[in-house]
Amino acid sequence: MANMLEVTSLGISFGGLRAVDELNLSIPKGALVGLIGPNGAGKTTVFNMLTGVYRPTDGGIRLDGENIIGKTPHEISKMGIARTFQNIRLFPGMTVLDNVKVGLHNQMPYTLAESVFHLGSYRKKERGMDARALEILSVFGLEEAAAYRASNLPYGRQRKLEIARALATNPKLLLLDEPAAGMNPQETGELMETIQLVRQRFGVTILLIEHDMKLVSGICEYLYVLNFGRLLAEGTPGEVLHNPDVVVAYLGE
Amino acid sequence: MKTKLKKPLSPAAKNSAICYGLVIVFYLVMQVLVYTDHISSSLNGQLIPICVYIVMAVSLNLTVGILGELSLGHAGFMSVGAFSGAVAAYCLQDVIAFSPLRLFLAMIVGGIFAAVAGVIVGVPVLRLKGDYLAIVTLAFGEIIRNLVTIMYLGKDENGLHFSMLEQNFELAEGGKMIINGPMGLSGNSRISTFTMGFILILITLFVVLNLINSRAGRAIMAVRDNRIAAESVGISTTGYKLMAFVISAALAGMAGTLYSMNSSTLVAAKFDFNTSILVLVFVVLGGLGNIWGSIIAAALLTVLPEMLRAVDDYRMLLYAILLIAMMLFNNSKFKQRLIEKRGLRQQAKLEKAQEGGR
Repeated sequence: MANMLEVTSLGISFGGLRAVDELNLSIPKGALVGLIGPNGAGKTTVFNMLTGVYRPTDGGIRLDGENIIGKTPHEISKMGIARTFQNIRLFPGMTVLDNVKVGLHNQMPYTLAESVFHLGSYRKKERGMDARALEILSVFGLEEAAAYRASNLPYGRQRKLEIARALATNPKLLLLDEPAAGMNPQETGELMETIQLVRQRFGVTILLIEHDMKLVSGICEYLYVLNFGRLLAEGTPGEVLHNPDVVVAYLGE
Repeated sequence: MKTKLKKPLSPAAKNSAICYGLVIVFYLVMQVLVYTDHISSSLNGQLIPICVYIVMAVSLNLTVGILGELSLGHAGFMSVGAFSGAVAAYCLQDVIAFSPLRLFLAMIVGGIFAAVAGVIVGVPVLRLKGDYLAIVTLAFGEIIRNLVTIMYLGKDENGLHFSMLEQNFELAEGGKMIINGPMGLSGNSRISTFTMGFILILITLFVVLNLINSRAGRAIMAVRDNRIAAESVGISTTGYKLMAFVISAALAGMAGTLYSMNSSTLVAAKFDFNTSILVLVFVVLGGLGNIWGSIIAAALLTVLPEMLRAVDDYRMLLYAILLIAMMLFNNSKFKQRLIEKRGLRQQAKLEKAQEGGR
């Protein structure tokens, strides 16, 4: 039993709308898995349930064997799930370095008194955080931008910074919500390399939502296809993309 | 792996240096003016209020600029600090003869009481967002003011006597009413000094600036910039919101004590909605999140009405015009363009560095 994430008959209703129904996912440790589906299929809703933003109506979610249902988003982050967002959510008023240091919040904690008086382990921890944040940034080629405001970064690099911030929380499972949205083919290619690199460097399990089939079939080992909140198909990219049901869901009859 | 982390003053360190520098220069200049007798008596009388309002503005900036929640009840916490501090100072009168120490202890009592009020107000209020939060803080500010107005507190040889609504205790001979309902405080010994005000500003700057440049401060700003993202990286948003709000209230309470110990009488009506708005004006004009901006705005706008006494009839008119002019500037295309240019410059630098790196 080496599954990092185990989702069993997960479902959520918003009033009369059944957004996700009877969803089963199992993601082995270290895997790179894709979650695809047409617009409105419920993919981001699944991410929101996995990270505690929404509370599922029924079903179970286990991370590395531990139940996470009913936990708040910040507790789930501490347990080891990190995510990025479809519409980038950085801390625009803060520097690139500080964005990553916020991600390190629970990695090198010190107390409020140490914060206010800059005593005790403050200096040591801050230096440690700076070093660690720069190390993470350098994986994404962002270290020379450390002192800039996050909002001044070009779009593609904001996406990378968001991944860097998520990795700073030292996650077991990384959820990427449409990481290639709005990127040109060259940037997408670069992103694919980055994701592969992240997986090797950080040894993290990755689940990603994506529309770009080239990216999905290029790097994912296994795909889940969601349609109208239900699992339509699953399997290796080769199997899934030639599945007639999937073709119909995407292109119509 | 050593990457050059530019040592020449980070922006945060530069900001802190500006803040401390401003305050120290202001203090020294004023002290020289006072000792060489080159200061008008009206300005001399304004020195302590200037200190009070600087502390108020900096502490409110923590809530409005750093935490990003609009609070319209800051004067309420000032009033809690003013009255509790005054009571503490009176009770310590016979114990501690050295008045600066007595004032300092009174300030701490004022700060603690205001912090407690901050928790009581903050827990329900911080569940709200935006305009709703602003309206409720306004209401709480008024509630605090009204509560103080119906408080009766006296001290005699048997100790403290307290009642609400009406005075239902008799003081023994030699006793004194400290808070007398709507009449407020009377017979305060005026122990506030400019130097104590200066020290309080330094304490405030120390707390606020250190907080901003720390793990807790980053968490607070992260909550401001994007609450959902902050939660997603493991920050308990309610906890940090409350922390910022309570620290802000405590500092306002200390400023309140300084204020009340600067006059022999004081009524609760002083700490009304207008005072809250006045402090908010300092913060907005100084720039949200900009601490040294708050210092300058608070100092200038406290003195300005006095300076304009020369043109007495048009005093408030000119004051209003100046306020409007500053607001227009802050929202002008001209300033927008300045900010955009700075952003573009940074981006160009970044791209250059990137090309060099390839």
